Order: sequence, then C-alpha cells, then structure tokens
Amino acid sequence: MSDIPQVERQEMEADIVCVGFGPATGGFLTTLSRALMNEDGTPLAESRVMPGMPPQVICYERADDIGFGVSGVVTKGRAIRESFPDLDLSMIPMAHEVTEEKVAYLLDPVGASRKCGAVKVAEMAIKPFARDHAFELPYIPPFLQKHEGMVMSIGQFNQWVGSQAMGTGLVQIWPGTPVAEPLLEGNAVKGVRLADQGVNKQGQPEAGYMPGMDMKAALTVVGDGPVGSVGQHLDREMGLPEGNHQREYAVGMKMVVQLPEGCELKPGTVLHTIGYPEPEIFGFLYVYPDMSASLGIFVPSWFDNPVRTAYRYMQHWMMHPYLWKHLEGGTLRSWGAKSLQESGMQGEPFLVGDGFARIGEGSGTTNVLTGSGVDEAWASGVQLAEGVIELMKQGKPFTRENLEQAYVSRRRNSWVQEEAKQAAKARDGFTLGFIPGMMGMALSGLTKGFLNMPGKSKKPWERIPRIEDYFKGVVSEQELIKLRKECQAKGASLHDALMDRAGWPEIPHDGQLLVSHQDALLMGGKVVANPGYADHVTFADPYACQVCAEQVCTDICSGQAITVNPEGGAPLFDREKCVHCGACLWNCSKPHPDDDERTNVQFRAGSGGLHSAEN
Amino acid sequence: MSNEFHIVVCGSIVPDPLQTLEPVQGAKGPELKNEMMLPAVLDPWAGHALYEAAELAKQNPGSKVWLVSLGPKAKLQQVMMNIAQKVPFELVCADGSASGFTDSFEVARILSGAIEGIQGLDKSKLLVFGGWQSASRGSGAVMQMVGEMLGITEQFQGVDKLAPGADGSLEVLERIEGGAYQTSVCSGAPAVLGWATGELPEPPNNPQVGMQNMRLVMPALQQAKPADLSGSSLSFASVELPKQRRETRVVKDMALDDMAKEIADWLQE
Repeated sequence: MSDIPQVERQEMEADIVCVGFGPATGGFLTTLSRALMNEDGTPLAESRVMPGMPPQVICYERADDIGFGVSGVVTKGRAIRESFPDLDLSMIPMAHEVTEEKVAYLLDPVGASRKCGAVKVAEMAIKPFARDHAFELPYIPPFLQKHEGMVMSIGQFNQWVGSQAMGTGLVQIWPGTPVAEPLLEGNAVKGVRLADQGVNKQGQPEAGYMPGMDMKAALTVVGDGPVGSVGQHLDREMGLPEGNHQREYAVGMKMVVQLPEGCELKPGTVLHTIGYPEPEIFGFLYVYPDMSASLGIFVPSWFDNPVRTAYRYMQHWMMHPYLWKHLEGGTLRSWGAKSLQESGMQGEPFLVGDGFARIGEGSGTTNVLTGSGVDEAWASGVQLAEGVIELMKQGKPFTRENLEQAYVSRRRNSWVQEEAKQAAKARDGFTLGFIPGMMGMALSGLTKGFLNMPGKSKKPWERIPRIEDYFKGVVSEQELIKLRKECQAKGASLHDALMDRAGWPEIPHDGQLLVSHQDALLMGGKVVANPGYADHVTFADPYACQVCAEQVCTDICSGQAITVNPEGGAPLFDREKCVHCGACLWNCSKPHPDDDERTNVQFRAGSGGLHSAEN
Repeated sequence: MSNEFHIVVCGSIVPDPLQTLEPVQGAKGPELKNEMMLPAVLDPWAGHALYEAAELAKQNPGSKVWLVSLGPKAKLQQVMMNIAQKVPFELVCADGSASGFTDSFEVARILSGAIEGIQGLDKSKLLVFGGWQSASRGSGAVMQMVGEMLGITEQFQGVDKLAPGADGSLEVLERIEGGAYQTSVCSGAPAVLGWATGELPEPPNNPQVGMQNMRLVMPALQQAKPADLSGSSLSFASVELPKQRRETRVVKDMALDDMAKEIADWLQE
C-alpha cells in the first residue's frame, strides 16, 4: 500500500489568471482594472465564473511580496507615462527624473583584465585623455540616450503599481504562491497548477502534503519572466517559432548603496560603463533622490570565461577609481541578482494560443540595443489588456485567432516592435568578440537596424571553453589540477582561486560596502525559502555533472546556492540561498539529454528568493 | 460538547527583520529609516496568535476569528495578500502607524476601540489574542491594556497552550521565569491571551482560503479609518540599534569540537 497521503487536488475557477507580477503584469492589471467597471456601475462583461460580478482576475507571484524586484532601472518610461499621464515621480519611492547621463570606458588600473591586443592598442590611444583611469564618451548615440526618462527601483515601482491596482478592488495579486505549470489540453491552456506543498526536496509527499491547486481560467496571462516555469513549460511543449532561439542572456548583479556624506553625484545621474573588470562586462550606476544609488554589472552570455562569479567582478568594478571616488565610505543597503533574456525578437516565443498570451521579458520584449526592458514589458502588458478589453466588449472567446487580432497585431504595430526589429541583430557581432560586438551595436543603432555585423549564435554549452584553454598561458594544467583538488575538498568553486592566480587583488572587506558574498546575501537580500516545497534547481543528468570539469553553475551562482560537492558527483543545491536569478539555467557547459537547445540544469517553480524591495 | 468562541487577534506588521534597520529622527519623532520602503511581514508574535486562533476556531464549530490591525493600509494590503492565504479570518483595519515608536497606551486605545466596534461580537464568547510581545514593540504592555480597556480581567501572558474544557473553562499554559511553565484554569471567556510561540507552525498557503478571505479583506482595507495617535505624552531622548558587525564564514568540513572551541575563544575575546 502506498504511503502517499490521498489528498484531493483542489480546483477553482477565475476568468483571468496571471502568472508573475512584474512590470508587464503591472501594465496589464493597471489597464485592465480601470476598464472592468463601466462608468454607470455595470461590469465591462459578466464574470463567467461568478455571474453578475465583473470578471474575476487573479495574479500569482512566487516571491513573498509584490515588491519583489532586483533592478535599478533607467527607462525612458514612454509606456509608463502613457498609463499615468500625470505621473508625479515623487509619489514613487526612489524614483527620479534623469538629470545627467554619462557613458565611460574604464581602463584597467589593476592589470589583470584579459584584453586582446586590439583592445590594448585602443586603450593606449585613449589613455592620455583618461581621468581616474576612465574615458568619458563625448557623445552618447541617440539610441542609448535616456533623456526625459526616469531612474527607479523596480521593487518600489512594483509595490506602488500593485497597490494602485489592488486599490481598485477589482484584481487580486497573491504573493508567496509559486505556479508549477500550465494546464494544457493539446496546445490550449486551461489555467495553471500551483506548486505542491508539504513535499520533500525531491517533491515526494510528506506530512502536511497539499497538492497545488488547479486554477482554471478562460485566459492565462504568462508574465513570469525569462526563467518562469509556466513560460518555460510552454516553450518546451510548443517549441519556438521557426528560426528563433533563446541563447542570449546576461546575469545582472546589483546593489543599492547609501552614498557617503559629501558624495558629489546628483539625484537622477546615470552612469554606464564598459571595459572593466573585463571588456565584456557592462556596469551601471543610477542615483536616487535620497542619495542612495543602484549600481551593478551585467555579465553577458558571450563572455567566454568558464569561471565567472559576477559578485567578485562587481566588487572589482565598484573599486575602479572612476567609481570608488563616489562610493568609498558608502553602505550596502540591499543586494540582488537576476538574469535577463537578451535574445529580444530572436527569442520570441509563440505570443498567443488558445487560452493564453505571453507578455514581458519572457515574451522577448527586452531591447538589448537601447538597454531597455521595463518600459517595453509594461507596454506589452498594456497592449494585451487593451486587446482583452476589446474581446470582452465583443463577447469573443480568448482563442488564438482572436488574441492574434486583438493583442499581437497591437504589438506588431507599436514602437516596441519597431525598435525590437532594429535591435534584432545588434548583438550578433559579439559572437565574434568584444570589438566586432561593439562595432555591430553601433552599426545597428546608427542605421536603425539596416546594417548589422553578422555573427552566428551558439548554444550556451557550445560556447563555454575548457578552463584549461581559457587560462592557457596563465595557469598550467598541472596547477589547475592541484587547484581543482583543493577547491573541491573545500566545497568551493574555482573562481576565486583562479582570479587570485590571474592577478586580481584580494577584496579588502570593510564590513559595510565591501563584504563577503555570504554577507551580501544576509545583509542585502532576504532569500529564505518556505518549507515544504521541492528543490527548484535540479540536474537532468547527474552523471554529466559528475564528470563535468567546468561546473560553471557553481561559479556563476549568484547566491552561492549551487556548490561543488566535496564528495564528487553532481553539485549541491541549497535553496535557502537561491535568489532565483536563473543564471544556472543557461550557464551550463553540458547539453540537456533530451534537447540540446537546453542545458543540463533544470529550473522550475520554487518558493522564496525575495530580494529587498529596495532593489 | 463544543464551545463557541469569538476570537479577536490583535496584530500588525513589522519591517522584515532580515532587512537593515536604522533609527532616524523624523518629523513626528523617531522612526526607522525607509520603513515604508522595506518589505513588511506580519509581526511573528501576532502570527503565532493568529494561527492558534484559527486552529481553536476550527476545533470549535461556530467560532469566528477577526484580525484587528493598526497599520498603514498600503503595507497591510500587501502583507494580507500573503497572510489571507493561510487561515480564515475577517480583517478589521485602523489606518495608522505600526511603528514600534508609538505609545503602547495609544495603540491599546485604538485596538480596543476597534474591537468595541465589531458588529455582531458577543463579549461573553470573546477571547482577545495577541502577541505577548512584538517584534517592533517590545514592551509587552499592549495586550494587558487592551484587556483593561475592554474590562476583561482574566489575562494570561506568555501563553504556549490553551485547552478549553467541556464546561467552557480554559486551561492555559503560561511561560514564567526560569524556563518553567504555570498552568492556570479560568472559568471561561472573556479572556485576554498574549501568546508566546504557541505550538503550531505557520500553515501552508491555501488559495481557496485566500479567495474567501480576500472578498472581505479588500473592502475592510478600503473602509479603514485613520487612527488618531496624537494623544501621546511619550518623548524619546534618543534611539539607536545595537551596533553589530557580521563576519560570516561558510564552513562545511569543521569538526563540532573545533567549532565549539572557536566560538568559545571568540566569546572570551
């Protein structure tokens, strides 16, 4: 007889169920909630599940708070301002108009960056014009400019938007509720299944087992981001449109820092950097009204270093003289990480189908050319809401054809699509290297996508080189064997050891801004996972992990939640530390046994991972 | 035979204790820096009381649970989205500061007033629950004063267990000094119980419970009246958090004895 408790799976119905509360769903719920009741007090349409009532709209969010957010953002905010024509930024904590923009190329004051000959020559040429080992670009191309835009904390923005939407009483947003998967009948989506509770790490029922509820709905709005379980599930089931792929990602690691007394930076200042600590790593610093700043780096998928912990790179970046003069004496307020889906239009999934629509980053809205995603995500949510309102008014069902006509056609005819087209091939040059990549970005941006640098995209596991090859000439193979053995015994990744060996100085921890990775996790981000859920990171083929020499997942892991197994074998996973950034999903050097477009790491719905709402 | 209770739980929100908290001087006295921006959670002490109340109501058919909360309604709304999925209750909300710097007497006055205003509340069945203390308000005085203002003389603090008898009596296990317990019996409701940690874990999310609760939570929040906390005669000379510095190491291969020795050495430093 089975020990598995027999607990009936609950089932409920709503009219619209949304997955994930971010800017895209914010735009959707804001627009929809304003239209659900007519001015005469009658509902826009009658709820199918609660006759006589307006449509029942429910949104599920995995994190413990709707203020979950991990990005300092600079955005032109065109779509957001359209939704809030009288927007007073002082109403949103940590938001401010852009007052100053700079793009700086950072030279290497340490001498440890791995730069190719051409980059070194270029640096020699600009060195006479550099101050604080940095060269500020005299001109910012129009496609990168954010004048008349705003800086803000996405966590605070989400809180503000969520309160506005819920304040109408017409939509519900439920945090702390991970959604496991869509309910599929063929290719039609009939709702979602919430994650099981009362299970062990392997997902097996234990005491208090409660199967995740089935929430059925006529329309499922999928806005769960680039690593969301529902979006990923749909992609696996349906594939991507012909020719599309999602191979381009970046890990963004960020902090909110209380700037020191006397700091000269003004609220609304936007700094972007390139060139350091490695040429491929981009940096940003946005100054908020209360003299705090959101800052961090992006480690892109085309950074071909098999050991690539963003955290230490971020610390070296912060200590660059160009930035450190503003930051020294500051205090860490919060910390977080997130991966970004940067394939844009090339990574666009099927946007709609019977009973579902995709919005936001998971639907390919991020524009890598303009360095923008929040506003585009918001716009996609608004476009879907407008389409849904139209269909409800006409009493039409949420079929693929109707959603194509009502939502997709709006998106195709909008600035989001026009700019996405210009950006579609902007990144291709990076597959050839840093310089071709930068030239390609400029070419695409200045010709509005008419001319592009060619390049062939590779799958993540095809790109990542052997450690021995990457560190050839710096670390001998024998030394690498010794280091690997020492690190494995300590359960540590190779990253720090190899960075030390490559000449990167030790970080002088000061306990307030320069702190250990684990302290950043404790001080800056709440990542406690609720008990009773299964591990959300698993390895498809543990044997492939056992024999994997790189174990990039342990190096890239933003929260040090995936660690080298001292006993050998597949890496260990500690979900109490996982910040749900999803970096492991694509930073894996081994293909998935069933689908070589994916890697050997599997990422599904999980509890916890809430970052500070200040991010 | 089962008892019917009208259980009112007093509980509000506190800043997530894992966030960095810093006292600053605000326009109306001391406050926590960026408090309104920090994530908030239900005060863990009140949480214990709420989960015990829900279980007691479940065991005694006909019983009902209200959660009376003094807090800024925008933040309450966010926390309620999560809490409402755990146990059934009806929210009564007073819109005002939940800061630990507000006077306990003023807080008790608002809470008792809110309890008095609950429609259909039967005082003969009333059990007032709350946290023995609070994560933000550590005086442990609010529940006593709420009881006094409501005229309830049966009061228990540091409660870990409540067992109603068939005759309506209440057997209460209270924490007393020295890690010991005291068992008391009173004849029955009304009574005030300031809970310690109780015996129940945090319930898992139950979306069906959430659906039922939210239909009442949203109107309650919208109807919340501003709470007048201006009558305080309390003044603060200074406020500060304990100075602390974390030095964290992750160690996976250390013997327990070595670990103990290192901690002992550190304590002696």
